[in-house]
Amino acid sequence: MAPGMNTVANDTMTNDPILKVEHLSMRFGGLMAINDLSFEAKRGDITALIGPNGAGKTTVFNCITGFYKPTMGMISMRQKAGKTFLLERITDFEITRDAKVARTFQNIRLFSGLTVLENLLVAQHNMLMKASGYTILGLLGLPTYKKASVESIEIAKYWLEKAHLIERADDPAGDLPYGAQRRLEIARAMCTGPELLCLDEPAAGLNPHESLALNGLLRSIRKDNDTSILLIEHDMSVVMEISDHVVVLEYGHKISDGTPDHVKNDAKVIAAYLGVEDDEVEEVIEEIEGTQGGMQQ
Amino acid sequence: MEYFIQQLVNGLTLGSIYSLIAIGYTMVYGIIGMINFAHGDIFMLGGFAALITFLMLTSVFVGLPVVILVLIMIAAAMLTASLWNWTIEKVAYRPLRGSFRLAPLITAIGMSIAISNFIQVTQGPRNKPIPPLVSSVYNIFGIAISLKQLIIMLLTVILLATFWYIVNKTSLGRAQRATEQDRKMAALLGIDVDRTISVTFIMGAGLAAVAGTMYLMYYGVTVFTDGFIPGVKAFTAAVLGGIGSLPGAVLGGLLIGLIESLWSAYFTIDYKDVATFSILAIVLIFKPSGILGRPEVEKV
Amino acid sequence: MANMSNMSERAGGSLTAWALREGFYAGAVSLGLFVLFVGLETTQNIRNELVLNRRLGLLGIFVIVAAVGRFLTVAYLRPWAAARKAAAAAKPAEGEEGFSKRNFSKIAIVFLLLYPLIAISIFGVQGSLKWVDNLGIQILIYVMLAWGLNIVVGLAGLLDLGYVAFYAVGAYSYALLSQHFGLSFWVLLPLAGILAAFWGMILGFPVLRLKGDYLAIVTLAFGEIIRLVLINWTEVTKGTFGVSGIPKVSVFGIWSFDVSAANNFAKAFGLPMSSAYYKIFLFYLILALALLTAYVTIRLRRMPIGRTWEAMREDEIACRSLGINTVTTKLTAFSIGAMFGGFAGSFFAVRQGFVSPESFVFLESAIILAIVVLGGMGSLVGIAVAAVVMIGGTELLREMQFLKRVFGPDFTPELYRMLIFGLAMVVVMVWKPRGFVGSREPTAFLRERKVVSGSFTKEGHG
Repeated sequence: MAPGMNTVANDTMTNDPILKVEHLSMRFGGLMAINDLSFEAKRGDITALIGPNGAGKTTVFNCITGFYKPTMGMISMRQKAGKTFLLERITDFEITRDAKVARTFQNIRLFSGLTVLENLLVAQHNMLMKASGYTILGLLGLPTYKKASVESIEIAKYWLEKAHLIERADDPAGDLPYGAQRRLEIARAMCTGPELLCLDEPAAGLNPHESLALNGLLRSIRKDNDTSILLIEHDMSVVMEISDHVVVLEYGHKISDGTPDHVKNDAKVIAAYLGVEDDEVEEVIEEIEGTQGGMQQ
Repeated sequence: MEYFIQQLVNGLTLGSIYSLIAIGYTMVYGIIGMINFAHGDIFMLGGFAALITFLMLTSVFVGLPVVILVLIMIAAAMLTASLWNWTIEKVAYRPLRGSFRLAPLITAIGMSIAISNFIQVTQGPRNKPIPPLVSSVYNIFGIAISLKQLIIMLLTVILLATFWYIVNKTSLGRAQRATEQDRKMAALLGIDVDRTISVTFIMGAGLAAVAGTMYLMYYGVTVFTDGFIPGVKAFTAAVLGGIGSLPGAVLGGLLIGLIESLWSAYFTIDYKDVATFSILAIVLIFKPSGILGRPEVEKV
Repeated sequence: MANMSNMSERAGGSLTAWALREGFYAGAVSLGLFVLFVGLETTQNIRNELVLNRRLGLLGIFVIVAAVGRFLTVAYLRPWAAARKAAAAAKPAEGEEGFSKRNFSKIAIVFLLLYPLIAISIFGVQGSLKWVDNLGIQILIYVMLAWGLNIVVGLAGLLDLGYVAFYAVGAYSYALLSQHFGLSFWVLLPLAGILAAFWGMILGFPVLRLKGDYLAIVTLAFGEIIRLVLINWTEVTKGTFGVSGIPKVSVFGIWSFDVSAANNFAKAFGLPMSSAYYKIFLFYLILALALLTAYVTIRLRRMPIGRTWEAMREDEIACRSLGINTVTTKLTAFSIGAMFGGFAGSFFAVRQGFVSPESFVFLESAIILAIVVLGGMGSLVGIAVAAVVMIGGTELLREMQFLKRVFGPDFTPELYRMLIFGLAMVVVMVWKPRGFVGSREPTAFLRERKVVSGSFTKEGHG
């Protein structure tokens, strides 16, 4: 957790997937939200999941983090120490607690009546519960709990500094402006000590300035905290800027998979975003070629 | 076999009464998502209104035909109970709409306590018996069916048909269904949401009042605490059928009535309420959406 | 229905004309509401038949009060309240709280410790009985129950309408075990708590998947089932007759309060015989139990489990996303709350010397829940204040004999207790939907402890 841990960012060349999604399908009644989706996220990478509205991105997230049980398929998470978890077989809280996959939500879910600091302390629940001897030893005032409690505040402080929230530590989370709430949610997820962080549209609703700061925070999480990131995003400036690997979904199918540059030039992706018939794709590509500067920013 | 059918008839009679009360619960829950705890007491209030009207009429007009007597009783009960429910909604529930979720529930419990104690204070705590209004009993293939039972079942069918027509075929019903789906959107489309909710409370109270009148006729007695147990049973019926679903409320009511009378007939009468409450618990634990309700998907 | 008219309609006529119209409608509506129930009274005549008495004068009073009240509200009270609100908004927020407000709980505890002595010094040993027993002990039982339920409803956000079941478990545990096995209160008190917590877990396990109102109704059903079993399982519980002759509690086995015992408290100290000593001892006993509840609650809130209860009340899904097992977390809240209910139950049994299913009806659960919500969920001080107001207020009605002079000798004020209680619940909720104390104290802070306003806290969905 401490800053300055060994950097894994340059390990991306080695083929070491942290998350492997294989033949994932999710059906809601008659609707096939995800259809036979397979992709990998490499350790130390920032992997982006993009696609038009209704492509099934959030559903993929909910399957990975256990909030939905997939109809079919396998999701395996391999930890650094070598332990592998099949996420479709364990429940939501175990995925965070044992498999070390943390997540945020598209429509921010903070504990709005708790203070910013308390939000971060709740995220360290499992560690603190153990230290307090499942409350019993803590009630007796044993030193192990006191020590753990001080440590947990230190960890919270570290993340508050990092997310530029230290000034607001004692304010209710519901009182923060929107951008700060997004950062707090990320900080809170990081307080669970994850190896994989899943972010559902972290840049939604942010202004360009905040968006830039977010990029910095995510890069630092990857680099300094040794955490791989999987994110859903609409904001192309974020996706193209920070991701190492992009997976594109449309109507529950994967239509493209590769580096940002590869995806950006994929005819199918362009068609999906601009909504044209297949035979028109060629024309569109030509058109796009001319405006590419705008997309790179 | 005859004994079984006999119990079936008794159960259906009781179930008819529960169905009528259950509709009030299910409609209010559907439209504003609140358990109207005072609904059982509105049922009791309706019974008392019918009782007092009965005493008034029989003391003024001696020898009034029973049909007219019963119709006036029902009308008086419906009017009074509807006015009460309308006032309660306006005074106690409306100011809390959209606030803290527990507040309306606590208010409704408070109202329930207040109504039953109001009746206790104004009408006394004792049981109030009335002489039987209709006492003929028909014997069909060895099964005794009283005229009371026939009237109750017939009246229930008529009311349910009328009610079904209002909800499904009139603009008022359409407004109700729209408000139930999405209150904000309904308001944007020009539906007077406040009025629609008021009407829902009035309709629910009207049906409960008829149920109260029939309960009084069936058992020949009422008392100020009579709202609680039938109220909880009717709520059980609404949940069993799937809360928010009108056919569900009717089905649930009939089932609860049948279970209660068959349980009393074949097992032990002492534990008949335990049976009802256990069913409520079991249904909620294993199929919270009830028999005809829509399952709720957890939005993440 | 026209009295639904709102501000925009008011523009047409003057305020007074509008108020007159509103008053008229209110009168008409109240005539409709009360004509049958107030205007007529059903009573039994000598032949045991129901007959009607007319009470038209009383009906007239009801209608006039409604009409005039509505008129005054619309014409004077509302504009006055609006003006005051505007004035209050213009004024800057209040600064430092006064000494008495800051140290409210300390002052209250000191007062409670001295309360029996104060009662004795004013009313004498025998005269203090009423104040210590009927008022003091009665209120403290509800304070303790409400603080216990507060863990479940106020902190964890689980709506429990069957809390009285655990109260019953505690009471019957003491009543039956002390009679059959002769165990003392001091052994059975923890045992009753453990049994209640155990029941809490058994009942809690299947139902805690349910949310909000459904959970409320299932807990109500369980509460009723336990009561019905107590009524019908006559071999063990003696049914509606109840269990009587429950032994008294001793002062930790040193002094007894049995009149015949050699180590009788009054004899040992050479005091004149009086039941007041026992009541005073009971007062301190329930005070200690209530303070224990408060102490544990305060400690637990600062522990990870307590903090997570509150987080779960705010957002259960977010909790699960943080790796928290919400089922066990809910279960601990449910069973710890049940445990305090069990403690209170065994105290109740020892105080009454008699338990019957009558004492554990749904109304009791409703009253306890009402106190928690009226006080402001989660706030110990607010809940204590609500218990004093609601229980103390209605108990005091018994004392208001002077009302007989106003309303005539047939007037029995205690008859109106529950009517007023119910109406008070409605009025307080409409007036303050978040209860007396809506804000919450943070459990940890970095620089300064700021109170979180009630507008941010949520009430739970579980």
